[in-house]
Amino acid sequence: MRFCLPYGGRCSELPPTDAPALAAHGVTVRYPGAARAALDGLDLVAPRGTRVALVGPNGAGKSTLLKAIAGLLPVAAGSLLVFGAPVGAFRHRVAYLAQRGELDWHFPISVRRLVLTGRYPHLGWLRWPTRADWRRADEALERLQILDLAERQIGELSGGQQQRALLARALAQEADLLLLDEPLNAVDAATREVVSAVLRDLQRQGRTVIVATHDLDRLQADFDDALFLMDGRVVARGVGAVGERVHHELLGNHRVAVAA
Amino acid sequence: MNAIDWFLAPFQHTFMRTAALAGVLVSLTCASLGAYVVLRRMAFIGDALAHTVLPGLVIAYLNRWNMAVGAMLAGIATALGIGWLSRRREVREDTAIGILFTGMFALGILLMSSVRSFRDFTHMLFGYIVGVTDAQLRLFALIALVVLAVLILLHKELELTSFDPTHAQVIGLRADRLRDVLLVLMALAVVGAIQAVGVVLTSALLIVPAAAAAMLTRRLVPMMALSSAIAIVATLVGLLVSYHLDVSSGATIVLTCIVCFLAAWVLRALRERLSRTWPVSGA
Repeated sequence: MRFCLPYGGRCSELPPTDAPALAAHGVTVRYPGAARAALDGLDLVAPRGTRVALVGPNGAGKSTLLKAIAGLLPVAAGSLLVFGAPVGAFRHRVAYLAQRGELDWHFPISVRRLVLTGRYPHLGWLRWPTRADWRRADEALERLQILDLAERQIGELSGGQQQRALLARALAQEADLLLLDEPLNAVDAATREVVSAVLRDLQRQGRTVIVATHDLDRLQADFDDALFLMDGRVVARGVGAVGERVHHELLGNHRVAVAA
Repeated sequence: MNAIDWFLAPFQHTFMRTAALAGVLVSLTCASLGAYVVLRRMAFIGDALAHTVLPGLVIAYLNRWNMAVGAMLAGIATALGIGWLSRRREVREDTAIGILFTGMFALGILLMSSVRSFRDFTHMLFGYIVGVTDAQLRLFALIALVVLAVLILLHKELELTSFDPTHAQVIGLRADRLRDVLLVLMALAVVGAIQAVGVVLTSALLIVPAAAAAMLTRRLVPMMALSSAIAIVATLVGLLVSYHLDVSSGATIVLTCIVCFLAAWVLRALRERLSRTWPVSGA
Protein backbone atom coordinates (compact mmCIF):
# COMPACT_ATOMS: atom_id res chain seq x y z
CA MET A 1 0.00 0.00 0.00
CA ARG A 2 1.20 3.48 -0.78
CA PHE A 3 0.65 6.67 1.11
CA CYS A 4 0.96 10.25 -0.20
CA LEU A 5 1.54 13.45 1.76
CA PRO A 6 -0.70 16.50 1.26
CA TYR A 7 2.30 18.88 1.09
CA GLY A 8 5.49 18.12 -0.78
CA GLY A 9 3.89 15.47 -2.97
CA ARG A 10 6.02 12.64 -1.58
CA CYS A 11 4.61 9.14 -1.63
CA SER A 12 6.03 6.15 0.19
CA GLU A 13 5.26 2.55 0.99
CA LEU A 14 3.47 2.09 4.30
CA PRO A 15 6.04 0.60 6.70
CA PRO A 16 5.22 -2.21 9.15
CA THR A 17 2.76 -0.99 11.77
CA ASP A 18 4.84 -2.30 14.66
CA ALA A 19 7.94 -0.25 13.86
CA PRO A 20 9.14 1.85 16.81
CA ALA A 21 8.28 5.54 16.82
CA LEU A 22 11.95 6.36 16.51
CA ALA A 23 14.95 4.21 15.62
CA ALA A 24 18.25 6.09 15.49
CA HIS A 25 21.48 4.22 14.82
CA GLY A 26 24.86 5.92 14.74
CA VAL A 27 23.27 9.28 13.90
CA THR A 28 25.85 11.98 13.22
CA VAL A 29 24.95 15.60 12.50
CA ARG A 30 27.45 18.29 11.58
CA TYR A 31 26.77 22.01 11.30
CA PRO A 32 28.53 23.50 8.27
CA GLY A 33 31.96 24.83 9.25
CA ALA A 34 31.91 23.33 12.76
CA ALA A 35 35.01 21.38 13.80
CA ARG A 36 33.22 18.79 15.92
CA ALA A 37 30.00 16.94 15.17
CA ALA A 38 26.95 18.25 17.07
CA LEU A 39 25.70 14.65 17.31
CA ASP A 40 28.29 11.90 17.24
CA GLY A 41 27.05 8.38 16.51
CA LEU A 42 23.92 8.56 18.63
CA ASP A 43 21.77 5.44 19.19
CA LEU A 44 18.21 5.69 20.47
CA VAL A 45 15.18 3.45 20.01
CA ALA A 46 11.95 4.91 21.37
CA PRO A 47 9.08 2.39 21.35
CA ARG A 48 5.57 3.74 20.82
CA GLY A 49 3.93 5.10 23.93
CA THR A 50 7.05 6.20 25.78
CA ARG A 51 8.09 9.55 27.18
CA VAL A 52 11.80 10.17 26.70
CA ALA A 53 13.72 13.02 28.35
CA LEU A 54 16.86 14.52 26.82
CA VAL A 55 19.05 16.03 29.51
CA GLY A 56 22.45 17.70 29.35
CA PRO A 57 24.28 21.02 29.33
CA ASN A 58 23.73 23.63 26.62
CA GLY A 59 25.35 22.59 23.35
CA ALA A 60 25.17 18.89 24.24
CA GLY A 61 23.08 18.12 21.15
CA LYS A 62 19.53 17.95 22.54
CA SER A 63 18.04 20.49 20.15
CA THR A 64 20.13 19.12 17.29
CA LEU A 65 18.66 15.64 17.80
CA LEU A 66 15.09 16.98 17.85
CA LYS A 67 15.72 19.05 14.72
CA ALA A 68 17.23 16.08 12.88
CA ILE A 69 14.18 13.93 13.73
CA ALA A 70 11.88 16.74 12.55
CA GLY A 71 13.75 16.85 9.24
CA LEU A 72 15.14 20.34 9.82
CA LEU A 73 18.78 19.21 9.75
CA PRO A 74 20.38 16.69 7.41
CA VAL A 75 21.93 13.55 8.92
CA ALA A 76 25.59 13.17 7.89
CA ALA A 77 25.93 9.51 8.86
CA GLY A 78 23.89 6.72 10.45
CA SER A 79 20.22 5.89 9.99
CA LEU A 80 17.19 7.67 11.37
CA LEU A 81 13.81 5.97 10.97
CA VAL A 82 10.51 7.47 12.11
CA PHE A 83 7.74 4.85 12.30
CA GLY A 84 9.99 2.62 10.21
CA ALA A 85 10.32 5.12 7.34
CA PRO A 86 12.98 7.72 6.51
CA VAL A 87 12.54 11.20 8.01
CA GLY A 88 9.99 13.21 6.06
CA ALA A 89 7.84 10.30 4.89
CA PHE A 90 5.37 10.76 7.75
CA ARG A 91 5.72 14.40 8.60
CA HIS A 92 2.03 14.83 9.37
CA ARG A 93 2.55 12.35 12.24
CA VAL A 94 5.46 14.33 13.69
CA ALA A 95 4.98 17.56 15.64
CA TYR A 96 7.95 19.72 16.54
CA LEU A 97 7.79 22.45 19.16
CA ALA A 98 10.69 24.81 18.65
CA GLN A 99 11.90 27.01 21.46
CA ARG A 100 9.53 29.93 21.76
CA GLY A 101 11.90 32.44 20.15
CA GLU A 102 11.65 30.87 16.70
CA LEU A 103 8.16 32.23 16.04
CA ASP A 104 7.12 35.83 15.23
CA TRP A 105 4.80 36.50 18.18
CA HIS A 106 3.97 40.00 16.91
CA PHE A 107 2.24 38.58 13.82
CA PRO A 108 -1.46 39.52 13.68
CA ILE A 109 -3.00 36.10 14.25
CA SER A 110 -5.28 34.74 16.99
CA VAL A 111 -4.37 31.91 19.34
CA ARG A 112 -7.18 29.82 17.81
CA ARG A 113 -5.80 30.24 14.31
CA LEU A 114 -2.27 29.44 15.49
CA VAL A 115 -3.58 26.14 16.87
CA LEU A 116 -5.52 25.57 13.64
CA THR A 117 -2.23 25.54 11.69
CA GLY A 118 -1.69 22.13 13.31
CA ARG A 119 -4.44 20.86 10.98
CA TYR A 120 -2.67 22.06 7.80
CA PRO A 121 -0.61 18.88 7.22
CA HIS A 122 -3.95 17.04 6.98
CA LEU A 123 -5.40 19.58 4.54
CA GLY A 124 -2.73 20.39 1.96
CA TRP A 125 -2.95 22.90 -0.89
CA LEU A 126 -6.17 24.75 -1.72
CA ARG A 127 -8.25 23.14 1.00
CA TRP A 128 -9.84 25.32 3.66
CA PRO A 129 -10.10 24.16 7.27
CA THR A 130 -13.49 22.53 7.88
CA ARG A 131 -15.73 22.91 10.90
CA ALA A 132 -14.25 19.66 12.24
CA ASP A 133 -10.76 21.20 12.04
CA TRP A 134 -11.86 24.26 14.01
CA ARG A 135 -13.46 21.93 16.58
CA ARG A 136 -10.19 19.98 16.94
CA ALA A 137 -8.38 23.26 17.57
CA ASP A 138 -10.89 24.23 20.26
CA GLU A 139 -10.66 20.82 21.93
CA ALA A 140 -6.88 21.17 22.08
CA LEU A 141 -7.19 24.68 23.58
CA GLU A 142 -9.65 23.32 26.12
CA ARG A 143 -7.24 20.52 27.08
CA LEU A 144 -4.47 23.05 27.71
CA GLN A 145 -6.97 25.23 29.67
CA ILE A 146 -6.54 28.29 27.44
CA LEU A 147 -9.82 28.19 25.49
CA ASP A 148 -10.77 31.53 27.09
CA LEU A 149 -7.69 33.09 25.41
CA ALA A 150 -8.58 31.77 21.93
CA GLU A 151 -9.33 35.17 20.38
CA ARG A 152 -6.26 36.94 21.77
CA GLN A 153 -3.44 37.96 19.48
CA ILE A 154 -0.63 35.47 20.14
CA GLY A 155 1.78 38.12 21.48
CA GLU A 156 -0.65 39.02 24.26
CA LEU A 157 -0.06 35.68 25.99
CA SER A 158 2.42 35.09 28.79
CA GLY A 159 5.39 32.78 28.18
CA GLY A 160 3.63 29.82 29.78
CA GLN A 161 0.44 30.46 27.83
CA GLN A 162 2.42 30.65 24.58
CA GLN A 163 3.99 27.31 25.37
CA ARG A 164 0.53 25.85 26.02
CA ALA A 165 -0.73 27.24 22.71
CA LEU A 166 2.15 25.51 20.89
CA LEU A 167 1.43 22.23 22.65
CA ALA A 168 -2.27 22.66 21.77
CA ARG A 169 -1.25 22.91 18.14
CA ALA A 170 0.67 19.63 18.41
CA LEU A 171 -2.46 18.02 19.92
CA ALA A 172 -4.65 19.46 17.14
CA GLN A 173 -2.24 17.94 14.64
CA GLU A 174 -2.94 14.54 16.25
CA ALA A 175 0.73 13.73 15.85
CA ASP A 176 2.01 10.34 17.01
CA LEU A 177 5.53 11.55 17.71
CA LEU A 178 5.95 14.85 19.56
CA LEU A 179 9.33 16.58 19.78
CA LEU A 180 9.37 19.28 22.43
CA ASP A 181 12.37 21.60 22.80
CA GLU A 182 12.47 22.86 26.40
CA PRO A 183 8.73 23.32 26.81
CA LEU A 184 9.16 23.95 30.54
CA ASN A 185 11.84 26.60 30.26
CA ALA A 186 10.77 29.68 32.26
CA VAL A 187 7.08 28.82 32.59
CA ASP A 188 4.74 29.13 35.57
CA ALA A 189 3.81 26.27 37.92
CA ALA A 190 0.27 25.95 36.51
CA THR A 191 1.68 25.42 33.01
CA ARG A 192 4.07 22.76 34.33
CA GLU A 193 1.10 20.89 35.86
CA VAL A 194 -0.96 21.04 32.68
CA VAL A 195 1.97 20.03 30.46
CA SER A 196 2.87 17.00 32.55
CA ALA A 197 -0.80 15.93 32.65
CA VAL A 198 -0.91 16.20 28.84
CA LEU A 199 2.31 14.18 28.52
CA ARG A 200 0.68 11.47 30.67
CA ASP A 201 -2.45 11.46 28.44
CA LEU A 202 -0.35 11.19 25.30
CA GLN A 203 1.58 8.24 26.72
CA ARG A 204 -1.69 6.47 27.61
CA GLN A 205 -2.94 7.03 24.06
CA GLY A 206 0.17 5.24 22.77
CA ARG A 207 1.83 8.39 21.48
CA THR A 208 5.54 9.01 21.82
CA VAL A 209 7.04 12.15 23.31
CA ILE A 210 10.69 13.22 23.24
CA VAL A 211 11.43 16.25 25.42
CA ALA A 212 14.60 18.31 25.83
CA THR A 213 14.43 19.56 29.40
CA HIS A 214 16.30 21.34 32.16
CA ASP A 215 13.55 20.60 34.68
CA LEU A 216 15.17 17.75 36.60
CA ASP A 217 12.86 17.54 39.63
CA ARG A 218 10.18 15.89 37.53
CA LEU A 219 12.36 13.41 35.69
CA GLN A 220 11.03 10.38 37.63
CA ALA A 221 7.42 11.53 37.57
CA ASP A 222 7.15 12.65 33.95
CA PHE A 223 9.33 10.28 31.94
CA ASP A 224 9.74 6.59 31.14
CA ASP A 225 13.25 6.92 29.77
CA ALA A 226 16.03 9.50 29.80
CA LEU A 227 19.27 10.21 27.99
CA PHE A 228 22.09 12.34 29.35
CA LEU A 229 23.87 13.94 26.41
CA MET A 230 27.27 15.56 26.42
CA ASP A 231 29.23 16.76 23.39
CA GLY A 232 26.85 14.94 21.08
CA ARG A 233 27.15 11.56 22.79
CA VAL A 234 24.99 9.65 25.25
CA VAL A 235 26.83 9.44 28.58
CA ALA A 236 24.04 7.99 30.76
CA ARG A 237 20.79 6.22 29.94
CA GLY A 238 17.65 5.53 31.97
CA VAL A 239 15.68 7.77 34.34
CA GLY A 240 17.56 6.54 37.44
CA ALA A 241 21.03 6.70 35.90
CA VAL A 242 20.44 10.15 34.45
CA GLY A 243 19.10 11.35 37.79
CA GLU A 244 22.28 10.17 39.53
CA ARG A 245 24.49 11.67 36.87
CA VAL A 246 22.74 15.03 37.18
CA HIS A 247 23.11 14.88 40.97
CA HIS A 248 26.78 14.12 40.53
CA GLU A 249 27.28 17.01 38.06
CA LEU A 250 25.58 19.46 40.38
CA LEU A 251 27.63 18.36 43.39
CA GLY A 252 30.92 18.39 41.53
CA ASN A 253 29.91 21.52 39.68
CA HIS A 254 31.99 21.61 36.50
CA ARG A 255 35.00 19.77 37.93
CA VAL A 256 33.40 16.41 37.12
CA ALA A 257 32.89 17.35 33.51
CA VAL A 258 36.55 18.33 33.22
CA ALA A 259 37.78 15.18 34.96
CA ALA A 260 35.56 12.98 32.77
CA MET B 1 -17.67 75.89 -5.97
CA ASN B 2 -19.49 73.70 -3.47
CA ALA B 3 -18.07 70.53 -1.92
CA ILE B 4 -19.97 68.11 -4.15
CA ASP B 5 -18.73 69.85 -7.26
CA TRP B 6 -15.22 69.72 -5.87
CA PHE B 7 -15.48 65.93 -5.71
CA LEU B 8 -17.51 65.24 -8.85
CA ALA B 9 -16.73 67.90 -11.45
CA PRO B 10 -13.22 66.62 -12.27
CA PHE B 11 -14.68 63.24 -13.22
CA GLN B 12 -16.50 64.79 -16.19
CA HIS B 13 -13.13 64.35 -17.91
CA THR B 14 -12.49 60.88 -19.32
CA PHE B 15 -8.83 60.98 -18.31
CA MET B 16 -9.83 61.60 -14.68
CA ARG B 17 -12.26 58.66 -14.70
CA THR B 18 -9.58 56.40 -16.16
CA ALA B 19 -7.05 57.70 -13.64
CA ALA B 20 -9.45 57.08 -10.74
CA LEU B 21 -10.16 53.53 -11.90
CA ALA B 22 -6.43 52.87 -12.32
CA GLY B 23 -5.86 54.31 -8.83
CA VAL B 24 -8.43 51.98 -7.29
CA LEU B 25 -6.95 48.90 -9.00
CA VAL B 26 -3.38 49.81 -8.09
CA SER B 27 -4.35 50.60 -4.49
CA LEU B 28 -6.18 47.31 -4.06
CA THR B 29 -3.23 45.34 -5.43
CA CYS B 30 -0.43 47.12 -3.59
CA ALA B 31 -2.14 47.65 -0.26
CA SER B 32 -3.42 44.09 0.25
CA LEU B 33 -0.01 42.68 -0.67
CA GLY B 34 1.50 45.43 1.49
CA ALA B 35 0.32 43.63 4.62
CA TYR B 36 2.87 40.88 3.93
CA VAL B 37 5.51 43.41 2.91
CA VAL B 38 5.17 45.13 6.29
CA LEU B 39 4.76 42.01 8.44
CA ARG B 40 7.64 40.14 6.79
CA ARG B 41 9.90 43.23 6.86
CA MET B 42 10.27 43.26 3.07
CA ALA B 43 10.02 47.06 2.73
CA PHE B 44 13.55 47.41 1.36
CA ILE B 45 12.93 44.68 -1.22
CA GLY B 46 9.74 46.45 -2.29
CA ASP B 47 11.64 49.67 -2.86
CA ALA B 48 14.40 47.83 -4.72
CA LEU B 49 11.87 46.03 -6.95
CA ALA B 50 10.36 49.35 -7.97
CA HIS B 51 13.76 50.81 -8.86
CA THR B 52 15.09 47.80 -10.74
CA VAL B 53 12.25 47.87 -13.28
CA LEU B 54 13.52 51.21 -14.63
CA PRO B 55 15.74 49.69 -17.36
CA GLY B 56 12.78 47.51 -18.41
CA LEU B 57 10.61 50.61 -18.69
CA VAL B 58 13.23 52.53 -20.63
CA ILE B 59 13.99 49.71 -23.07
CA ALA B 60 10.26 49.30 -23.75
CA TYR B 61 9.92 53.06 -24.20
CA LEU B 62 12.85 53.30 -26.62
CA ASN B 63 11.49 50.46 -28.75
CA ARG B 64 7.87 51.68 -28.48
CA TRP B 65 6.71 48.49 -26.81
CA ASN B 66 4.06 48.46 -24.08
CA MET B 67 5.95 49.98 -21.14
CA ALA B 68 3.87 48.15 -18.53
CA VAL B 69 4.88 44.83 -20.08
CA GLY B 70 8.54 45.93 -20.06
CA ALA B 71 8.24 46.81 -16.38
CA MET B 72 6.49 43.51 -15.63
CA LEU B 73 9.22 41.40 -17.26
CA ALA B 74 12.01 43.36 -15.54
CA GLY B 75 10.15 43.09 -12.21
CA ILE B 76 9.68 39.33 -12.43
CA ALA B 77 13.33 38.84 -13.43
CA THR B 78 14.40 40.93 -10.42
CA ALA B 79 12.05 39.07 -8.06
CA LEU B 80 13.48 35.70 -9.07
CA GLY B 81 17.01 37.15 -8.93
CA ILE B 82 16.49 38.36 -5.36
CA GLY B 83 15.03 34.96 -4.39
CA TRP B 84 18.08 33.24 -5.86
CA LEU B 85 20.58 35.64 -4.27
CA SER B 86 19.03 35.32 -0.82
CA ARG B 87 19.37 31.52 -0.95
CA ARG B 88 23.09 31.79 -1.63
CA ARG B 89 25.15 33.07 1.24
CA GLU B 90 28.22 34.77 -0.26
CA VAL B 91 26.81 38.28 0.26
CA ARG B 92 24.36 39.44 2.91
CA GLU B 93 20.86 39.70 1.49
CA ASP B 94 20.40 43.45 1.96
CA THR B 95 23.83 44.12 0.49
CA ALA B 96 23.03 41.97 -2.55
CA ILE B 97 19.73 43.76 -3.04
CA GLY B 98 21.44 47.14 -2.66
CA ILE B 99 23.93 46.25 -5.41
CA LEU B 100 21.24 44.91 -7.75
CA PHE B 101 18.93 47.84 -7.13
CA THR B 102 21.38 50.71 -7.63
CA GLY B 103 23.03 48.98 -10.59
CA MET B 104 19.75 48.47 -12.46
CA PHE B 105 18.56 51.99 -11.59
CA ALA B 106 21.81 53.51 -12.90
CA LEU B 107 21.48 51.45 -16.09
CA GLY B 108 17.96 52.83 -16.58
CA ILE B 109 19.20 56.43 -16.13
CA LEU B 110 22.10 55.80 -18.54
CA LEU B 111 19.81 54.42 -21.25
CA MET B 112 17.37 57.29 -20.81
CA SER B 113 20.06 59.97 -20.85
CA SER B 114 20.93 58.90 -24.40
CA VAL B 115 17.60 60.13 -25.76
CA ARG B 116 17.07 63.30 -23.69
CA SER B 117 13.29 63.16 -23.37
CA PHE B 118 13.18 64.69 -19.94
CA ARG B 119 9.39 64.89 -19.76
CA ASP B 120 8.84 61.18 -20.35
CA PHE B 121 11.64 60.36 -17.94
CA THR B 122 10.00 62.49 -15.25
CA HIS B 123 6.78 60.52 -15.75
CA MET B 124 8.66 57.28 -15.13
CA LEU B 125 10.32 58.61 -11.99
CA PHE B 126 7.39 60.48 -10.46
CA GLY B 127 4.31 58.89 -12.02
CA TYR B 128 1.69 60.08 -14.49
CA ILE B 129 -1.61 58.54 -13.46
CA VAL B 130 -3.69 60.83 -15.70
CA GLY B 131 -1.82 59.42 -18.71
CA VAL B 132 -3.07 55.83 -18.23
CA THR B 133 -4.26 54.27 -21.49
CA ASP B 134 -7.14 51.80 -21.85
CA ALA B 135 -4.69 48.99 -22.65
CA GLN B 136 -2.79 49.73 -19.44
CA LEU B 137 -6.03 49.84 -17.47
CA ARG B 138 -6.93 46.37 -18.72
CA LEU B 139 -3.47 45.12 -17.71
CA PHE B 140 -3.85 46.64 -14.20
CA ALA B 141 -7.23 44.91 -13.84
CA LEU B 142 -5.69 41.59 -14.84
CA ILE B 143 -2.81 42.09 -12.39
CA ALA B 144 -5.21 42.96 -9.56
CA LEU B 145 -7.20 39.81 -10.33
CA VAL B 146 -4.10 37.57 -10.35
CA VAL B 147 -2.63 39.06 -7.15
CA LEU B 148 -5.90 38.83 -5.20
CA ALA B 149 -6.59 35.29 -6.46
CA VAL B 150 -3.16 34.05 -5.34
CA LEU B 151 -3.49 35.82 -1.97
CA ILE B 152 -6.83 34.07 -1.39
CA LEU B 153 -5.88 30.62 -2.71
CA LEU B 154 -2.54 30.45 -0.86
CA HIS B 155 -3.74 32.36 2.19
CA LYS B 156 -3.07 29.71 4.81
CA GLU B 157 0.35 28.81 3.45
CA LEU B 158 1.48 32.46 3.01
CA GLU B 159 0.25 33.31 6.49
CA LEU B 160 1.94 30.31 8.13
CA THR B 161 5.32 30.77 6.43
CA SER B 162 5.21 34.45 7.42
CA PHE B 163 5.06 33.88 11.18
CA ASP B 164 6.28 30.32 11.75
CA PRO B 165 8.58 29.10 8.96
CA THR B 166 9.87 26.27 11.19
CA HIS B 167 6.45 24.61 11.55
CA ALA B 168 5.90 25.16 7.83
CA GLN B 169 9.15 23.35 7.03
CA VAL B 170 8.39 20.47 9.41
CA ILE B 171 5.06 19.82 7.68
CA GLY B 172 6.71 19.93 4.26
CA LEU B 173 6.06 23.48 3.03
CA ARG B 174 8.91 25.24 1.24
CA ALA B 175 9.03 28.68 2.84
CA ASP B 176 11.54 29.95 0.26
CA ARG B 177 9.26 28.99 -2.65
CA LEU B 178 6.34 30.83 -1.08
CA ARG B 179 8.61 33.83 -0.65
CA ASP B 180 9.38 33.66 -4.37
CA VAL B 181 5.63 33.69 -5.04
CA LEU B 182 5.29 36.84 -2.91
CA LEU B 183 8.21 38.48 -4.72
CA VAL B 184 6.63 37.82 -8.12
CA LEU B 185 3.29 39.22 -6.88
CA MET B 186 5.17 42.30 -5.65
CA ALA B 187 6.80 42.68 -9.07
CA LEU B 188 3.34 42.60 -10.67
CA ALA B 189 1.94 45.11 -8.17
CA VAL B 190 4.84 47.48 -8.78
CA VAL B 191 3.95 47.76 -12.50
CA GLY B 192 0.71 49.59 -11.76
CA ALA B 193 2.14 51.61 -8.90
CA ILE B 194 4.89 53.01 -11.13
CA GLN B 195 2.26 54.49 -13.44
CA ALA B 196 0.45 56.01 -10.46
CA VAL B 197 3.23 57.41 -8.30
CA GLY B 198 6.44 56.68 -10.20
CA VAL B 199 9.50 54.52 -9.61
CA VAL B 200 10.80 56.61 -6.73
CA LEU B 201 7.61 56.61 -4.66
CA THR B 202 6.19 53.17 -5.52
CA SER B 203 7.25 51.52 -2.28
CA ALA B 204 5.04 54.05 -0.45
CA LEU B 205 1.92 52.32 -1.82
CA LEU B 206 3.28 48.94 -0.68
CA ILE B 207 4.25 50.11 2.79
CA VAL B 208 2.34 53.15 4.08
CA PRO B 209 -1.34 51.98 3.88
CA ALA B 210 -0.41 48.58 5.37
CA ALA B 211 1.58 50.23 8.14
CA ALA B 212 -1.42 52.45 8.92
CA ALA B 213 -3.73 49.40 9.00
CA ALA B 214 -1.28 47.57 11.30
CA MET B 215 -1.78 50.37 13.83
CA LEU B 216 -5.50 49.69 13.99
CA THR B 217 -6.01 45.92 13.82
CA ARG B 218 -4.43 42.72 15.10
CA ARG B 219 -5.82 40.35 12.46
CA LEU B 220 -4.30 39.67 9.06
CA VAL B 221 -7.40 39.68 6.82
CA PRO B 222 -8.95 42.82 8.38
CA MET B 223 -5.51 44.40 8.06
CA MET B 224 -5.47 43.69 4.31
CA ALA B 225 -9.01 45.05 3.88
CA LEU B 226 -8.33 48.17 5.92
CA SER B 227 -5.04 48.75 4.14
CA SER B 228 -6.81 48.55 0.75
CA ALA B 229 -9.54 50.92 1.91
CA ILE B 230 -7.00 53.46 3.15
CA ALA B 231 -5.05 53.26 -0.10
CA ILE B 232 -8.16 53.70 -2.26
CA VAL B 233 -9.34 56.74 -0.30
CA ALA B 234 -5.85 58.24 -0.28
CA THR B 235 -5.42 57.73 -4.03
CA LEU B 236 -8.76 59.32 -4.91
CA VAL B 237 -8.31 62.24 -2.53
CA GLY B 238 -4.72 62.71 -3.73
CA LEU B 239 -5.87 62.67 -7.34
CA LEU B 240 -8.55 65.33 -6.67
CA VAL B 241 -6.23 67.56 -4.67
CA SER B 242 -3.58 67.41 -7.37
CA TYR B 243 -6.23 68.25 -10.00
CA HIS B 244 -7.51 71.31 -8.14
CA LEU B 245 -4.12 72.62 -7.03
CA ASP B 246 -2.38 71.61 -10.28
CA VAL B 247 0.49 69.81 -8.50
CA SER B 248 2.18 66.41 -9.04
CA SER B 249 -0.42 63.65 -8.66
CA GLY B 250 2.06 60.97 -7.52
CA ALA B 251 3.49 63.11 -4.75
CA THR B 252 0.01 64.17 -3.62
CA ILE B 253 -1.20 60.55 -3.46
CA VAL B 254 1.82 59.52 -1.38
CA LEU B 255 1.44 62.48 0.98
CA THR B 256 -2.26 61.66 1.44
CA CYS B 257 -1.23 58.10 2.39
CA ILE B 258 1.20 59.56 4.92
CA VAL B 259 -1.57 61.73 6.40
CA CYS B 260 -3.70 58.56 6.77
CA PHE B 261 -0.79 56.88 8.54
CA LEU B 262 -0.43 59.77 10.98
CA ALA B 263 -4.19 59.72 11.61
CA ALA B 264 -4.02 55.98 12.34
CA TRP B 265 -1.15 56.60 14.73
CA VAL B 266 -3.10 59.27 16.62
CA LEU B 267 -6.20 57.05 16.69
CA ARG B 268 -4.20 54.21 18.19
CA ALA B 269 -2.62 56.45 20.81
CA LEU B 270 -6.07 57.76 21.78
CA ARG B 271 -7.47 54.23 21.98
CA GLU B 272 -4.62 53.09 24.21
CA ARG B 273 -5.11 56.05 26.50
CA LEU B 274 -8.85 55.35 26.69
CA SER B 275 -8.33 51.67 27.53
CA ARG B 276 -5.89 52.67 30.28
CA THR B 277 -8.39 55.09 31.79
CA TRP B 278 -11.37 52.75 31.53
CA PRO B 279 -10.04 49.18 31.25
CA VAL B 280 -12.54 46.95 29.48
CA SER B 281 -13.29 44.00 31.76
CA GLY B 282 -12.30 40.59 30.40
CA ALA B 283 -10.64 41.98 27.29
